[in-house]
Amino acid sequence: MSDEFQTIEEARKGLGEAGYLADESTALVTFLAGRLGKPVLVEGPAGVGKTELAKAVSRATGRELIRLQCYEGLDEAKALYEWNYRKQLLRIQTEAREAGWEQVKDDIFGEDFLLPRPLLTAISSEQPVVLLIDEIDKTDQEFEAMLLEVLSDFQISIPELGRVDARTRPLVLLTSNNSRELTEALKRRCLYLWLDYPNVERELEIVHLHAPELDEGMARKLVEVVHMVRALDLKKPPSIAESIDWARALLLLGAEDIDQAMLQKTMSIIVKHRTDLDLVAERVGVKLGNGILGAQRAG
Amino acid sequence: MGTPGLYGGMPEPPGPPGMAPRLLEFADELRREGVAVGTSELLDAFDALDAVSWTSQVDFREALATTLAKSQEDRHVLDVLFDRFFFRAVEREAVNRGLIEERFQGAEGLDLDALRERIRDALRAGSDGEMRDLARLAIAAFGRQGEGSGVIGVDVQRIRRTLGLKGERLGAELPDPDAVPRDALAEFEQHVRRELERQMIERTRSLPPAKPLREFDRSLPSNPAQDLSQVHRVVAQMKRRLASHGREHRGRRRSWQVDVRRTMRASLQTGGVPLDLKYRPRRPRRPELYVLCDVSTSVTSASVFFLSVLHALHDQFRKLRSFVFVERISEVTDVFERERSFEAVSRRIATDAGVADVSGYTDYGRVWLEFLEKVVDDLDPRSTVIVLGDARTNGREPHAQVLAEVAERAGRTFWINPEPRLYWNYGDSVMSAYEPFCDGVFECWTTKQLETFVNAIADIKTF
Repeated sequence: MSDEFQTIEEARKGLGEAGYLADESTALVTFLAGRLGKPVLVEGPAGVGKTELAKAVSRATGRELIRLQCYEGLDEAKALYEWNYRKQLLRIQTEAREAGWEQVKDDIFGEDFLLPRPLLTAISSEQPVVLLIDEIDKTDQEFEAMLLEVLSDFQISIPELGRVDARTRPLVLLTSNNSRELTEALKRRCLYLWLDYPNVERELEIVHLHAPELDEGMARKLVEVVHMVRALDLKKPPSIAESIDWARALLLLGAEDIDQAMLQKTMSIIVKHRTDLDLVAERVGVKLGNGILGAQRAG
Repeated sequence: MGTPGLYGGMPEPPGPPGMAPRLLEFADELRREGVAVGTSELLDAFDALDAVSWTSQVDFREALATTLAKSQEDRHVLDVLFDRFFFRAVEREAVNRGLIEERFQGAEGLDLDALRERIRDALRAGSDGEMRDLARLAIAAFGRQGEGSGVIGVDVQRIRRTLGLKGERLGAELPDPDAVPRDALAEFEQHVRRELERQMIERTRSLPPAKPLREFDRSLPSNPAQDLSQVHRVVAQMKRRLASHGREHRGRRRSWQVDVRRTMRASLQTGGVPLDLKYRPRRPRRPELYVLCDVSTSVTSASVFFLSVLHALHDQFRKLRSFVFVERISEVTDVFERERSFEAVSRRIATDAGVADVSGYTDYGRVWLEFLEKVVDDLDPRSTVIVLGDARTNGREPHAQVLAEVAERAGRTFWINPEPRLYWNYGDSVMSAYEPFCDGVFECWTTKQLETFVNAIADIKTF
């Protein structure tokens, strides 16, 4: 199994076989990430497939995916490592009588008593892995600062043990929804990739890849409707995954055409807020009723 | 026919030959446009270029972009500069070597109608290579009709009009058979502009000086619906920033209050000895905000912007009272509290607020009088007053001393003006009358400027 992409074309093909249609910049950045050994910072609106990219890279390279989901209040103990103090206590209780304290002390701060968390796991893994640090913008700046050591030198300092160097270099992807400006220091260490919603043609290919049974005309109409919906000012615009879900749902229902009634029935798959639903029904539903989309295709 | 002042400069002498100096030049230009390019990023760029082929322009550009531009805005600036920089580099080389491209011959035989059709077809199909050729044809046909104005921007628009090209209207009920996709049209105009510049350079045998990007070019391309969501995005960002802002300042205070309950609980771990003292978290102080928003016609586009800002502020501040005004003032706090969606809020304000009396022109003086009367008892030094408006009084009495009284009672007063500073105090704008009484006045017509303002009011705890 190929461990690293040799050319950009190979990266594009590899990702494609893993079910991810990459555009030029995505393929190039993925290729460069492996070649230069740099982490990639992926930014973009929610639902454009940032996390999916990491999964696809993992599938395409055959590397294990280690995921660190970020949230407010995430700290070192949950991201790097923690001492397994229960085990340490047991050890002390069982051995302290025979062996002296000095020996036990050396014992209990060994690797046996370390609980590795995602970052340490990724770094100390025998096989190279793909490390996904998801939604980095959800954490605070202190955590970001802590990441710098891991991301630039691929090492972690544990006061009691010393430095743990990476055995293999993980391929690191960080995703961000841009809800907070990340620090310059972090950005400087990363390659940058901006992912946006795909254009109609590309999304059509994606839908086709994941719901191949849906016929061409229907798929096009579906994607056009999704694009119209995204152009509205919604609380949560539909993601790519949701258009795929919608396509599959229409297949299950055996729908022949997307008309106003069908949209009413199924739009809760792509729109998930009550106010958004009203807006979509009002703006998009009416257009479908008039058959404008059909006319455009004919003309 | 080039004016010597603008186009008289000889091409600047290129530095030492080779790729590296060119890239450094490019990085310099990026830095001048405010993209922070560090040395480590440049090194990354060189590494990345080692790994990709230089013959593909897309790969080359993407490799530079991924290492040098670290945000969406930076990426946009890089794209614009990339085109300009390498266009100029090629032209400079051509001037130095004395190369002249063969001019298109046979413009007389061109049928304008046929050309129009072909351009429209090409725009709809969106083929890039064809567009460049057609741009040249269009320029040739246009040149035959009469001399150009000599100003490239004007010529581009004239050519567009001559060809009868117009972009698709957004949200149009029925598709216009004559309209072409907006993106393609913009691209075509860009081609025409490039070709005109090329001809100009050939004629004058010199390069025009590189100008800094205008604000307009820098801002991301957008349509009205996107604009609104852009505002929502920035406001959402700002919300988080405001929310996390208080936290940084905790812990600076010397005198912490011990939280007895939590300390006792924690002491259970140490056998009832309170080793680990727990403190009460310091709550950031919630300021009282009074926001006055001008919703008259002179600020129509801005008031949508402002209303959405107001909408977002309501989520953030508990004690926020909002007012809208044209001729009279009307409190809309409860509207914002009851309606969650932005559309409903703007609808309600448009129908129920009753702010326009007879003429529909803003009357700032009267607004101050009414405002003071309404809130005189509630204003105290902890409150902040924010005015969103253009200070155009339509020739009526500004009553600046009433605003002064408001400002004196309130802790802080800010004014956000949707017009560029340049236009202030021109015509009926009386900004200078109000400015002395405000703690800060801000021009604000982009989301970036909004952020500047937000950073100013986020310091609210410090007063």
